[in-house]
Amino acid sequence: MTATIAPAGTPTEVTRSNFDMGRVVRVGSLVGAAMVYVSVIGLLATFNRRLLIDPWLSLGYLVLFAAPLFGGLQFTKREKLEGLEPEPASVSDLVQAAVAGAIGGLIAALFAALVNAFPDLRSTFPNWSPELVELLTLGRGVGPAFVLLPLISAVVATVAAASSFLPERLRKAVVAGVITVVAVSLFQPVVDDFFDWLPAIPDFLYTSTSALSVPAAVVVFLLGAAVSYFKPKSRNGLARRLGSEDAAVRRRTTITAAIVIGVAMIALPQFLGGIINELLVNVGFFALMAIGLNVVIGYAGLLDLGYVAFFAVGAYTTGILTSPLSPTFTPMLSWWQAFPIVLVMAAIAGLFVGTPVLRMRGDYLAIVTLGFGEIVRILLLSDWLSPYFGGAQGLRNIPGIPIFGNEVNVNTPELMIYMVMAFVVIAAFISWRLEDSRIGRAWAAMREDEDVAEAVGVDTVKAKLTAFITGAVIASFAGSLFAAKVGSVFTNSFEILVSIVILVIVIVGGMGNIPGVLVGAVVLIGILGGPNQPGLLQEFGEYKLLAYGALLVFMMLKRPEGLLPSTRRQRELHQDEFLQDAWLDRSPSRPGPSVAEPHGDDL
Amino acid sequence: MTATDERPPAIEEKREKERKALRLSWVDLFLWVIRVTAIIVILWGLIGSIQAFASGEGLSAAGWRDLIFSSLAQGAMYGLLALGYSMVYGVLGFINFAHGEVFMSGTLVGFIAANWLFENGVWEANPFLSMFIVLIVAMVTSTLIAVIIERVAYRPLRGAPRLIPLITSIGMSFFVQYTFAGLFGVGFNTYPQTPEVIAGTVNLFGLQVRTTQLTVIIIAILSMIGLWYFVTKTKAGRAMRAVAEDKEIAGLMGINVDRTIVTVFAVGGAMAGVAALMWSLLFRSVNFFTGFIPGIKAFTAAVLGGIGNIAGAMGGGVLLGLFEGVGPLLILGGLGIPGASQLKDAVAFIALVLVLVFRPSGLFGERLGSEDRV
Amino acid sequence: MAALLETKGLEKAFGGVRAIQGVDFAIEEGEIVSVIGPNGAGKTSFFNVISGIFSPDGGQVLFDGLDISGHTPSQITKAGIARTFQNVRLFPNLTVLENVMVGQHCRTSSGVFKSILRTPSQRREEAEIEEKAKDILGFFGSRLVGYRFDQPAFVLSYANRRRLEIARAMGTEPRLLLLDEPTAGMNPRETVELTELIGRLRTERGFTIVIIEHDMKVVQGVSDRVVVLDHGVKIAEGPYAEVSTNEDVIEAYLGRPADLEGAS
Repeated sequence: MTATIAPAGTPTEVTRSNFDMGRVVRVGSLVGAAMVYVSVIGLLATFNRRLLIDPWLSLGYLVLFAAPLFGGLQFTKREKLEGLEPEPASVSDLVQAAVAGAIGGLIAALFAALVNAFPDLRSTFPNWSPELVELLTLGRGVGPAFVLLPLISAVVATVAAASSFLPERLRKAVVAGVITVVAVSLFQPVVDDFFDWLPAIPDFLYTSTSALSVPAAVVVFLLGAAVSYFKPKSRNGLARRLGSEDAAVRRRTTITAAIVIGVAMIALPQFLGGIINELLVNVGFFALMAIGLNVVIGYAGLLDLGYVAFFAVGAYTTGILTSPLSPTFTPMLSWWQAFPIVLVMAAIAGLFVGTPVLRMRGDYLAIVTLGFGEIVRILLLSDWLSPYFGGAQGLRNIPGIPIFGNEVNVNTPELMIYMVMAFVVIAAFISWRLEDSRIGRAWAAMREDEDVAEAVGVDTVKAKLTAFITGAVIASFAGSLFAAKVGSVFTNSFEILVSIVILVIVIVGGMGNIPGVLVGAVVLIGILGGPNQPGLLQEFGEYKLLAYGALLVFMMLKRPEGLLPSTRRQRELHQDEFLQDAWLDRSPSRPGPSVAEPHGDDL
Repeated sequence: MTATDERPPAIEEKREKERKALRLSWVDLFLWVIRVTAIIVILWGLIGSIQAFASGEGLSAAGWRDLIFSSLAQGAMYGLLALGYSMVYGVLGFINFAHGEVFMSGTLVGFIAANWLFENGVWEANPFLSMFIVLIVAMVTSTLIAVIIERVAYRPLRGAPRLIPLITSIGMSFFVQYTFAGLFGVGFNTYPQTPEVIAGTVNLFGLQVRTTQLTVIIIAILSMIGLWYFVTKTKAGRAMRAVAEDKEIAGLMGINVDRTIVTVFAVGGAMAGVAALMWSLLFRSVNFFTGFIPGIKAFTAAVLGGIGNIAGAMGGGVLLGLFEGVGPLLILGGLGIPGASQLKDAVAFIALVLVLVFRPSGLFGERLGSEDRV
Repeated sequence: MAALLETKGLEKAFGGVRAIQGVDFAIEEGEIVSVIGPNGAGKTSFFNVISGIFSPDGGQVLFDGLDISGHTPSQITKAGIARTFQNVRLFPNLTVLENVMVGQHCRTSSGVFKSILRTPSQRREEAEIEEKAKDILGFFGSRLVGYRFDQPAFVLSYANRRRLEIARAMGTEPRLLLLDEPTAGMNPRETVELTELIGRLRTERGFTIVIIEHDMKVVQGVSDRVVVLDHGVKIAEGPYAEVSTNEDVIEAYLGRPADLEGAS
């Protein structure tokens, strides 16, 4: 469906009669496939244990019926082109959405029948179970499911499609309301913790099953919708100001944001309970490493997939130097005494990794660094080197960090958070200063075109090594803090998975942009959790890495610059849109500098 | 604006030294140190092993022979897997991380077929038919997964800067891995007992060789012949080579580039399916993670042989199989390192690093498209 | 006066193709020399070897008496040779100003620690870098100044991109500029302006310039001397008037008249 160019005031057709059966079947099949997928990999069953709204909406069903929801949206989604009126939704669109939803539901019902008919497959597919049939058929048996599922799916799809009939502000409010309900429900532990000084609120909101009660859900929905509806429409949203071209605006916003966040970060740990504190510490570690990897990938453009090796260097160096149980070599230094040595070791490691890869193309660099990461892990785990590194037993009895008489480790979560946050701030500061400096420019040039950068006088050897060393040193901050916190190091904390998760954080958050990377860490580690660390959504547990993979693919396809991109990155990946927007922005009422070349200046 | 001959001789000497120093940068020095260390380690280990063998310690002759054959068989498997990486890199210019998962899907779905055949008695009664069915199932599955991945994740990114498809493939790899983990559970699935006819050993030129390993090698040879025929003699194969050479020009010559790329993925997938059967014959146990490490090793093999070079992929695979199978015991064991077989993966990765650092064009020469050639 | 840049018996082959065969070349400080020749003559390869992108297989490249054969491009740029590229290769996502500032990299020295701590000397250096870059961009009139400083380079028109590339080369504070087909793709007005600009580069900024060119009007208007390459060999050298009437040169461009005697 194309947008029509109509002068304002011309009445446009409301009903259209092109019913695209092919598209309906295609979307319907995808919806059905998604519903089957969610069921057969066990998401439906696992998530069903988490009730969102007591008693009738669980996370499982939300995910299941999300498929027809998004399917329905496809039929009234219009591409917003500047200056052109999008074609309004028509009844035909709704019908198509309904049919597509129904098709999806039908496929799901067929699948339920299949599972019911062939129960023996359970030995191969653990989720192929009668419980699944129960869930899919909503407890009413296979026969009725053939009516129920298509019906519900059709309704959901139609409602989703119909949402475009609402004026935009109202639609956004509804969406905001729904998101708020889901969020408040899912993040029940946080809300509970946060309001433990005012227990009336969580009591009202949640039932005994930690789900929202129906009246609470309604209230929350209305609140969320109201906030969205009555929020003044500002052209100067936070994200926009952070990404502003004007350096002064950017600096002001960043400083204000930093102060606000700083105060919050200092005050919060005192109020939050143990679980949340633990979560924050994990977020902190990953944020720290993400900042470091951001220097290597985001600034210098070197795809390092073995970053966890530097983390390991920091952790093991601290362990060997401070633990009284360190085999062979037992200097038993304090954490602070060991720290400078850790930095030196990390720098050497950065040099070792960086030097062989200096002349490599991008992909090869990625896989060689991956190889390095694994080699380090295997060597640390090996029996051969266990006299130094403890082999499979690892290193134990690593003392905490001595500060003002306290020993900061896993037993003192608030102090630990402050330590981690302090280092995050230091790392962010280092990274920020380097970006806007001579070496930062050299990195940017190298990232754009390495050969030309070399030709223009940039010593790419030095630049690359500096990037690796900086990244390694920052990772070693995290490593040595980690060793002190946990009190022991085992190689299963240093798998490839960790490198990949950090990569996802950097990319999803916004490559090359420190606020982006921090947001990425908070969102991903906080909500999904790290490879070995649970996030807020503990149900996610087994499906965490699935989500990471899907997220990475999704981001690359739809928004490769990340959630909070640096302006440069955004421009880089959307050059055409940038030019087009600038051209459209230029109107008689806005004279002055325009981006594209004005015609007068044609030389 | 001074004339050269007016410069005092001391400065001239200093200039000469500067010139010499600049040419031998310390980076080159570092690399030389690595080269020399590697050679010393290899030689020393070799000598150690030979001494041990001569004095009757360590592995017996039969032991070594077994090791060599099993390494060859594994190498053949890596070779087939490497083809997928090699072809995709040759045509599209990025490492398809998800190819290991394409292989894994073949092993798991093949398991279903094998299990079904076993439970219905066909496995024991008709082993060759059974294996053939498993082969077909595995090949179809792998091909399907490969093609779906291409359609969903790579085609939309056709023109994107090179690292983006690479990152996408990493995401896809995890996605497929954990989809299968959700589907099959995380436990290991074991293929049914190897039928009598293939268990045991066979007498080959006076050497006792495990039949499974011999089967694997034969399958590899047959597959390579089939592939060679396809690539050189058929129209589709020619189209593949044209697209690998230069996508744009191939398109201008009337070749349907999209369809040809799908063919590339399909062929790679099919070969991975064959490799899946091999894995089931050699190792029998599979789970969702089965594809990850072999995938990386297969990529190493692809680079070792020369990326984009089909024959090279197989050659690289066999070499890598030998290196990782025999290497730890031969070299590290010879050096007296305990638990050398633990370090098997490390040896493969070290091979990867050494090849990419010192000979990135591979042993048999790389074949890249015009866009990727430096 | 001794030559600023000199090549002696320069040799470079790529695979089987001998791109440069025994080329002797010399240019003195303050000269503008054009290098011309039909396509495939080896002109850009010549620049590539001088600027360090490739090492010569034989012969020498001497810059101010120093043998720079085989040095890395960044070392050569630091020594004082800068170049532009045949197909303009800017840093498209860096701003106009940043493109030129990158050129200053090899003339400045603030390292990691100074940058993190923003020491007074680093801040001074940064200010200097910016000043110099703005000054260089000012050389091109009003085209690349003002609001242009903070625009990403990819928004520039073709002619402006070529100018920016020259500006970036100027940013490295070279003594010798190698311009590779600077007027390719420009319309007549732009070409004339650029020709003047090249002259001003010498008179106002004191650069020594070697230009690869195809547009003979430019060559005529700008060069002290012309060097002609064909198939990697220098076939003529001298003032434009001489070279343009040289039979070998004409033959290289237009080919020999076909010998039809034996046909039919």
